[in-house]
Amino acid sequence: MSILDVKNLTTRFHTRNGVVTAVDDVSFSVDKGEILGIVGESGSGKSVSCYSLLGLIPMPPGNIESGVALFEGRDLLAMSESELRAVRGDDIAMIFQDPMTSLNPFLTIGEQLIEPLIYHRGIKRAAAKARAIELMEETGIVNAQGRFNAYPHEFSGGMRQRVMIAMALINEPKLLIADEPTTALDVTIQKQILELIADLQKRRDLAVIFISHDLGVVRHLADRVVVMKEGKVVEQNVTESIFENPQDQYTQDLLDAIPSGEKVNEDLRGDEILIEVSGLTTEFLDRNTGKPFKAVDDVSFNIQHNEILGLVGESGSGKSTIGRSILQLVEPSSGSVLFRGEELLGQSAKQLKPIRRRMQMIFQDPYASLNPRMTVYDTLAEPLLYHNVATRGTIDAHVLELMDDVGLARSAVKKYPHEFSGGQRQRIAIGRAIATKPEFIVADEPVSALDVTIQKQILELIMNLVAKHNLTMLFVSHDLSVVRSLCDRVLVLQYGKIVEIGETESLWSSSKEDYTQKLMAAVHTL
Amino acid sequence: MSEPQSIIIEAEKGTSLWADAWVRLKNNKLALFGLYVVSFLIVVAILTPWIAPYSYEAQNLDLGATPPSWAHWFGTDLFGRDLLTRVMYGGRISLAVGILATSVALVIGVAWGTVAGYVGGRTDAVMMRIVDALYALPFIIFIILLMVVFGKSILLLFLAIGAVEWLTMARIVRGQVLTIRNQEYVEAARSMGLSTPHILRKHVVPNSLGPIIVYATLTVPQVMLLEAFLSFLGLGIQPPMSSWGLLISYGAEVMEDTPWLLIFPGLALSITLFALNFLGDGLRDALDPKASKD
Amino acid sequence: MIRFTIMRLLQAIPVLFTVITVTFFLIRQAPGGPFDAEKPVIPAVKRALEAKYNLDQPIFQQYLSYFGDLFKGDMGPSFKYPGWQVEDLIMSGLPITAELAFYALLVALVIGVLAGCVAALKPNSPQDYIPMSLAMIGICFPTFLLGPLLVLIFGFGLNLVPVSGWGDLPGDKILPSITLGAAYAAYVARLTRGGMLEVLNQDYIRTARAKGLPEWVVICKHALRGGLIPTVSFLGPAFAGLLAGSFVVETIFQIPGLGRFYVQAAFNRDYTMILGTTIFLSTLIVVFNLLSDLLATWLNPRLRQQYSGGGS
Repeated sequence: MSILDVKNLTTRFHTRNGVVTAVDDVSFSVDKGEILGIVGESGSGKSVSCYSLLGLIPMPPGNIESGVALFEGRDLLAMSESELRAVRGDDIAMIFQDPMTSLNPFLTIGEQLIEPLIYHRGIKRAAAKARAIELMEETGIVNAQGRFNAYPHEFSGGMRQRVMIAMALINEPKLLIADEPTTALDVTIQKQILELIADLQKRRDLAVIFISHDLGVVRHLADRVVVMKEGKVVEQNVTESIFENPQDQYTQDLLDAIPSGEKVNEDLRGDEILIEVSGLTTEFLDRNTGKPFKAVDDVSFNIQHNEILGLVGESGSGKSTIGRSILQLVEPSSGSVLFRGEELLGQSAKQLKPIRRRMQMIFQDPYASLNPRMTVYDTLAEPLLYHNVATRGTIDAHVLELMDDVGLARSAVKKYPHEFSGGQRQRIAIGRAIATKPEFIVADEPVSALDVTIQKQILELIMNLVAKHNLTMLFVSHDLSVVRSLCDRVLVLQYGKIVEIGETESLWSSSKEDYTQKLMAAVHTL
Repeated sequence: MSEPQSIIIEAEKGTSLWADAWVRLKNNKLALFGLYVVSFLIVVAILTPWIAPYSYEAQNLDLGATPPSWAHWFGTDLFGRDLLTRVMYGGRISLAVGILATSVALVIGVAWGTVAGYVGGRTDAVMMRIVDALYALPFIIFIILLMVVFGKSILLLFLAIGAVEWLTMARIVRGQVLTIRNQEYVEAARSMGLSTPHILRKHVVPNSLGPIIVYATLTVPQVMLLEAFLSFLGLGIQPPMSSWGLLISYGAEVMEDTPWLLIFPGLALSITLFALNFLGDGLRDALDPKASKD
Repeated sequence: MIRFTIMRLLQAIPVLFTVITVTFFLIRQAPGGPFDAEKPVIPAVKRALEAKYNLDQPIFQQYLSYFGDLFKGDMGPSFKYPGWQVEDLIMSGLPITAELAFYALLVALVIGVLAGCVAALKPNSPQDYIPMSLAMIGICFPTFLLGPLLVLIFGFGLNLVPVSGWGDLPGDKILPSITLGAAYAAYVARLTRGGMLEVLNQDYIRTARAKGLPEWVVICKHALRGGLIPTVSFLGPAFAGLLAGSFVVETIFQIPGLGRFYVQAAFNRDYTMILGTTIFLSTLIVVFNLLSDLLATWLNPRLRQQYSGGGS
């Protein structure tokens, strides 16, 4: 018995640069008490289709061109704004991706929680408060009574998402739409929130639409799955069939893009030690308190020649700061970093210049890591000319060779970054990093901002280049499955300190550390 | 890949953000109108000594104040002087003060803001504290005081105005540089070992130009307003020189009998302010990276 | 919040000290003494006058004694209005200027906030273009032009309202208040629109809509608080601008307020009067900057808690 039945939904955006069909003839249905997963990459229309149903897309420029969406027999798309408003937050509730921005920072948590009760049910504030506190407790917020009057900024990300969930469930909706509810959270928190959603769903026999880009999570949670690509549904089926026997090529590609869990590339490690870090400590000033805190706290480790060392940890663990401290992009407060036996700490910019040619960095966000006012040619030529690797006469050849190396068309060399997709931009950034033929590269979450199918291509590119140019790499990531598939050794970091360091496979099979096990348990593999 | 490379490099040219912005500006009719009007005014201001219909000082007491006519498009004042000529000469002064004072503000503000934003840390804190402190001073009153004390020279006028306006400029530039400094592409440049002057020249300055241009365009009308305001109070430009503010002040005194003496200089000022503001708003829309995403 | 207030108050002291010092020494640099203006005064009389006003002492001595008197609320006698103390002259003009500024601020806030909100609710539609075009007109017709034009049209032309004085005839407060407030209504409208547009694009507004709240609750309860912060921060500078504008408006409409005294004192080289008025107006402006800053900080719960030393 389906609670929501969507047929032939088409949504277009009429922008200055033309008409974009975000949702193209999409049909799906959700049964009572069922979790429907909608998966797809960015731009697949998975979120827009659900927002369209509830009238939450900006109109104009958005416009629902056609379709029927029967919710308990009533067509949502034919409803007036006030009829739809009566459904939103009452029969159908939503939770969103980023709990940091989805709660109003100017109002207390309690005020925001009781609003649906007051405006939909006309319940008095005192009764609403009692109900809200009950739900806060149910969703795992400790000291609910005391925190009722607290503001969102006093809560952590995971706690805020619990508040969002409590707020969505406060009117006992029949359908919950969850839009990437765990994407912005750390893995261990992700796991808690997913368990909470699954638990609440079972207890209330709730219908849930779970929108996500993460196939592992969807497989774990959903009863049925809809796969979307470029606004269209390419395949829908029960979860089992989608994962065991995908019918569409794109579904297959998505599944293939997920790291299998085994290490895929060769172990190329040499015996020599390239980098020796000892007692490294980096302090920052806390902006709120004005006091220094240790982002990296007395960390020591070595990186061997041609090794790929994985550096994992959750946000705030100091993993990015370690990479930047080694490269002297932030100034460590104490310790020592030896590069081929040469001390890097305390060197002047001039002394460091020849060494900088030999160590480079790849950044997370390909939209921020390229100068928007420089062409690809200028971006790639800059380090070559600056370090005298090429001359004015030979620079063209060098740049074009780099384009080949990173798999970009030579003809695109005079284009600007905004004319490329995310994956292509990351290729440019990688080209810049390898331009001067460095020996050591810090890759700081190089694929985290990319879609899974693109992730796979970029990872393959990085691995090819590592082998081709004899690179040694520090691979910083929060994604354990990626790290497992690439790295020779893994270093686990928490609160700026090393939890443990070891061979990748032995860590996975027999780690004794609680925290490492917790991290690994939180990963949903296929 | 076997084709000669030089041909390929010439073959496809990308569109830079500047080219994109120009296209957007061209599609904005109000901004384009502003651009035309501003260009027209600047050309007229430069050519005034050659194209003005009458001499600036020539009095014709027999004629006296006459309403607009074919001989005198804007009419004449009580001394029989041609108002169109006086508005043209006044515009020269008003525009000159606007542009010069903005240039003063631009030079000081950009230098100050760039250093504070890029060096950061304690230097930034001290430099911005100074700006904050100056901000708290009631400048409008100070300018009046300065004009009273040091006499009413045009040089002092635009120095004084420029000295006020640079504060906002410094804040904007500093904010912009601070944002850019923390962008990954600047970090990438640092990791390549590029020198600070090189990074500033190639990476920081080109990316902070947009807001600076917008703000400079919007500062010119503000400065012109300030000059007109002071001249209206009798504290700015002094006769026999003239500016729009002075003409308006004079026109306001006699408006009951000769309203055209108020209306034409007033219109000249208002239209200029309109044009500059439309141009500034249009530039903001064209150069704003947020707008280019949709 | 209390700590923040005290901190900001302490920062205001050096500012005011600088204002007083700089003004004092600047005024002494002015060419031509106060007694040079009209007819030449006999040297002996001039000396006597200078002795009376302490002008014969070393300048630093004068500075110290001025400072001392200031703390007792004594700004010295006016040079141009014999028998009048500067503080008395200021106090006689202040209520009028304060009333004018208050009405103008009311005009600016009521019209500005309303127009800004209306425009932000439907960006790039006539509902946006019309108020924003009016705001642009408000900005491009400055006080000293708008005033005479309004007088010309409503006073001389239509003969609807009186065009001079303050509180003498019914309705004579209308034109000055509108003249002074119009430009600020325009600035406030633009700022409010910008602030509201920014907030209305935030995720938490989407959350509020997803909860099915009525649109007026979304706007008034969820959006307005954040959207008005730029406007509130602008109140301090706006007040300084209003005071400056009152110089013009009081001149045009012949209103015996503080602004007119100041402009006249500037022309008459009435040293003590300029000095006193500058200090007084500066203090007002600094205080208002402080108030608008405090209000903007207080509106943001995160900042409020940060500065009260609490929070978590």
